Amino acid sequence: MSVKNPARRDFLVKAAQGTAVAACGGLLWDYLLRQEVRAHPYALRPPGALAEGDFHAACIKCGQCVNACPYDTLKLAGAGGDMPIGTPYFTPREIPCYLCPDIPCMKACPTGALSPELEDINASRMGLAVIDLENCLSWKGLRCEICHRECPLKGRAIVLEAHPRGISKHAMFFPIVHSDACTGCGICEKACPTTEAAIRILPHKLVQGKIGDHYRLGWTEKSEITQDFKPGAATESGAPLKPGKKAPGVDYLNEGGL
Amino acid sequence: MSELPQHSRSAAEASIAKLHARTGMSRLLGWRHLVLRRLSQFGILLLFFGTAHWGWQATKGVPLLTGNLSSSEFLGLIPMADPFAVLQIFFAGHILKTESLIGAALVLGFYALVGGRVFCAWVCPVNAVTDLAGWMRQRLPIPTLFPLNRNMRYFVLATALILSVVSGVAAFEWVSPIGMTHRGIIFGMGMGFLALIAIFLFDLLILKNGWCGHLCPMGAFWSMVGKTAQIRVRFDKDTCTHCGECARVCPEPQVLNLKKLEQTGCVIPGECSNCGRCTDLCPEDSLRFALRPLIHRPAVPKVRATSPE
Repeated sequence: MSVKNPARRDFLVKAAQGTAVAACGGLLWDYLLRQEVRAHPYALRPPGALAEGDFHAACIKCGQCVNACPYDTLKLAGAGGDMPIGTPYFTPREIPCYLCPDIPCMKACPTGALSPELEDINASRMGLAVIDLENCLSWKGLRCEICHRECPLKGRAIVLEAHPRGISKHAMFFPIVHSDACTGCGICEKACPTTEAAIRILPHKLVQGKIGDHYRLGWTEKSEITQDFKPGAATESGAPLKPGKKAPGVDYLNEGGL
Repeated sequence: MSELPQHSRSAAEASIAKLHARTGMSRLLGWRHLVLRRLSQFGILLLFFGTAHWGWQATKGVPLLTGNLSSSEFLGLIPMADPFAVLQIFFAGHILKTESLIGAALVLGFYALVGGRVFCAWVCPVNAVTDLAGWMRQRLPIPTLFPLNRNMRYFVLATALILSVVSGVAAFEWVSPIGMTHRGIIFGMGMGFLALIAIFLFDLLILKNGWCGHLCPMGAFWSMVGKTAQIRVRFDKDTCTHCGECARVCPEPQVLNLKKLEQTGCVIPGECSNCGRCTDLCPEDSLRFALRPLIHRPAVPKVRATSPE
């Protein structure tokens, strides 16, 4: 093979070699990234944090939220620990989030990893309180209820339900967590008097199920099927549902679709 | 070649002798930029640390310097952000808040004026470790285990940006030993010191200036920014005796190509970090910091054009 332009060929070979090394290194690097990013699903993020994947992309790891936290709740993950490197997290059993109304951590975030769209701290969803029914003192029948009393949103995020205790005249009071109000601040987990907390905060993704859109709870007020059977109170405008327009899900049962 | 002035070996040896004969004050002055750089590097970290741990405030309620080298806020007012990190986050697909964009622009503008790799020599804490390794290596007869092209860092830079797109996270920020170090010092080290030990051993036993001079994508980024630097090392060709001491201490000796320097009058390449070792050491004071607009291109004409014979 004749070489017309040795310098050019030399450059091309060098460039190809550099690219090859970069590609080999890049594959290893990519593997490390995926390990680091995916291996830690338990991180609890500050209020307003984007969904975990977006948060990983957006956080610049500067720690200004950690600086801004007046309770030293937030920590910045070191290298090689249990949490994704350099990102802020908190451990409720040590120091929970005390839900500052002015949300200083979110305001300190320069990149928007803690979304400025969070205006009300009670709308934050850092995680969800989950009760270990077998080890909860209240569920055992003792009058504990500390989590309920400590909850900043008590009566909404944690409610007490009275249940009869066999033939005893004393009722049992069960704490129940409602995900539509629980912020995941972790004050309940901090307050829980058991040796290992019987109520603890976990990321929604790890604990929340999803029933699927096709289920219809016909007995609830807001169910479309209920509305179908109560023509007077059907739509927001007050007009009854038109005869031809049926709630989805009942069609094939009622029209011989099977 | 023949047009260049010939330099006698004896003049160069005299220069070296002059360098080694320095005593007392002048010897101490020979470390002045090194001392200043350490003060700058550790002083900046101290400001971060003091704000984070001892509640240092500028005035009541206004923290002095929050954050770390990735992104920070000075006096509760001036945002700063690492433009390389911001670029990676942008590549990862996140639309950044204005604050970090302004911060990145401020930092980028600053380094574009004073020299991109001024970050490396005057701010980056890893520099103290690699300098230590380089200093020890000068005193130990350690051969290079395998050579690497100094342009490798630009491939690492490109890989970091491509990986940021592919993986959806800021690729270098998640593995950066620089981040591990400054975050570690300010917010808690974890196992980050292992990365520093690895870099130290790599630089000491495997390749001289291996990390900063060959691999670090951040250094590559700042090298590209540094092309517009207005503070540069000026070269005085009339006093230089070509003793070569400058290139011996320079972490990027390829930027001290004396033939090119004679034409340009100052160190042009962005890889120069303005660390000032050469200016401290030059026995003839031929290398000094100067503002680029004040550096005359030497009257020596373009070498080829002038000699008709």
